Amino acid sequence: MRIRDYFRRLPHIWCPGCGNGTIINAMLRAIDEVGLKKDEIVAVSGIGCFGRATGYLDFYTLHTTHGRALAFATGIKLMKPEMKVFVLMGDGDAAAIGGNHLIHAARRDIDLIAIVANNSIYGMTGGQVSPTTPEMAKTTTTPEGCKERPFDLCELVLAAGGSYVARWTTYHVRQLQNSIKEALEHPGFSFIEVFSQCPVQFGRRNKKDHIQMLREFKEKSSLEGGGDKIKIGVFRR
Amino acid sequence: MVELLQGNEACVKGALAAGCRFYAGYPITPSSEIAEMMAVELPKRGGVFIQMEDEIGSIAAVIGASLAGARAMTATSGPGISLMAENIGFAIMAEIPCVIVDVQRVGPSTGHATKPSQGDVMMARWGTHGDHRVVVLSPSSVSDMFWLTFKAFRFAEMLRTPVILLSDEIIGHMRTDVELPDEVEEEIPELEDVPSFHPFGGGKRYHVTGLVHDETGFPTNDGEIIEKQLKRLIRKIERHRDKITIVERLNVEDADVVILAYGCVVRSAIRAMYLAREEGIKCGVVDVKTLWPFPYEVVESEFKLIVPEMNSGLIADDLRKVRNDVISITKMNGEIIYPHEILEIIRRVSN
Ligand SMILES: Cc1ncc(C[n+]2csc(CCOP(=O)(O)OP(=O)(O)O)c2C)c(N)n1
Repeated sequence: MRIRDYFRRLPHIWCPGCGNGTIINAMLRAIDEVGLKKDEIVAVSGIGCFGRATGYLDFYTLHTTHGRALAFATGIKLMKPEMKVFVLMGDGDAAAIGGNHLIHAARRDIDLIAIVANNSIYGMTGGQVSPTTPEMAKTTTTPEGCKERPFDLCELVLAAGGSYVARWTTYHVRQLQNSIKEALEHPGFSFIEVFSQCPVQFGRRNKKDHIQMLREFKEKSSLEGGGDKIKIGVFRR
Repeated sequence: MVELLQGNEACVKGALAAGCRFYAGYPITPSSEIAEMMAVELPKRGGVFIQMEDEIGSIAAVIGASLAGARAMTATSGPGISLMAENIGFAIMAEIPCVIVDVQRVGPSTGHATKPSQGDVMMARWGTHGDHRVVVLSPSSVSDMFWLTFKAFRFAEMLRTPVILLSDEIIGHMRTDVELPDEVEEEIPELEDVPSFHPFGGGKRYHVTGLVHDETGFPTNDGEIIEKQLKRLIRKIERHRDKITIVERLNVEDADVVILAYGCVVRSAIRAMYLAREEGIKCGVVDVKTLWPFPYEVVESEFKLIVPEMNSGLIADDLRKVRNDVISITKMNGEIIYPHEILEIIRRVSN
């Protein structure tokens, strides 16, 4: 199927240079390659820029409250185990307000495919600090730079018992697409974190444009991690 | 069939009779027996029970399950309703039927755990943010726990809205004989103003959102459509009040004094009424089982009106919108209002 046929409503609200579209693109290509029908898919999202994705997709879609997407999805999956349920969350959505649901979805190892667009900032509300904001990064609520440590969400989900855990960036589109394919075939909680660029809320305040951010994703990520590298790869499958 | 049941058990039986197949909850006294019995009974019927990580997750899972086509419910007490508040609003906006039981205890906060109270009557009405209407049923007997839970599912589906069963510790934990039906009728009327419901997976792909949306389900920024939609959500409940109003009247026809009560206090009110009648006072009782939308018409009459409540007089205060001579009896010490306490006031006002 053409990727465009998976959309039911465009245009989207995302800013030029935003990474959200890249993630959705990888998700749709993975769905297409696996050969799933639209009727077999539910997509649930929270509140935030990335959360708006569900409105554009031609599946059964549910745009919930901030942080609660995984809990809504749990109810759906329990009553419709035959359907594939995607859960699309921002980093604030998944790690701050929804952190408890994330821990427990992982512990239950419930068969959901959770994708977190980690742009390390609160995009929708205008660039406030998030639990994944890097140290010293500027946000509207950390004008002197963020003084807290960022959350490693993959480590969290690994510790809590998620059985498929991967991290990629919007530069690693092929790998991301493959991971989503693997997640679709994985019977348990799949967690895929995607480092993504927010040129408007994060980039503007930290003197980077989307191209520089993508270049950083390329140059600063490695399968081994360490130092100031972003550790990418599939950590559990 | 007659069974000896606890109020919370009767609630479960009513839910199962209504076809409930999904329960998500988080333990809290005095509601926990509902969860415990659901954990036993639902799997026997191909249903699903899950204990969630908190009440926010519980109501979210219930809404998700309902959207997936299951009749679904959760039960909690006041602190849990506080946590559910945001998602109750979601269910109202997205028009997802579900049943939420609040077995009240003393609050605010952890309050006087776990003594009875009727302190949540306004939270049930106004608990979620934004202008809205909500359906709240208030059982005054173990039998009511069965029937009003059953009806809560019917009303939720008929109106596509969450329905709150507002019980209390006394009714939840009381044991009495209950006459249970062998069969219950299935028919749920289709109503004007209430869109038809299509569960996920049923072949009709669509979008559900808590944002104000137009008829197609997508968010809108058009002020005219927003107002139209919000007004419809209010109107669909107001317009069909006749189908959801349940009031029981006892000896009201010739009454000079009427006790309006709800929940556990009804029992004391009835006893007080009979004691007053023995003394020659023409007394009646109105048991309001549909607490919201409140049936104000029941007090628009000549009789003197006494409203005993286990709170600071919340419903009495509200009734002053329609009459300014409401006599309020209040009690907030975690004890039921006793018949003699009501009788004293009946005597005083009839002199
Ligand atoms: C209960 C609640 N609190 C706060 C908000 C406001 N809010 C909307 S989106 C958002 C954060 C968005 O950030 P993130 O989850 O990282 O997603 P992004 O917009 O960056 O994709 C917040 C705080 C809300 N909608 N609901």
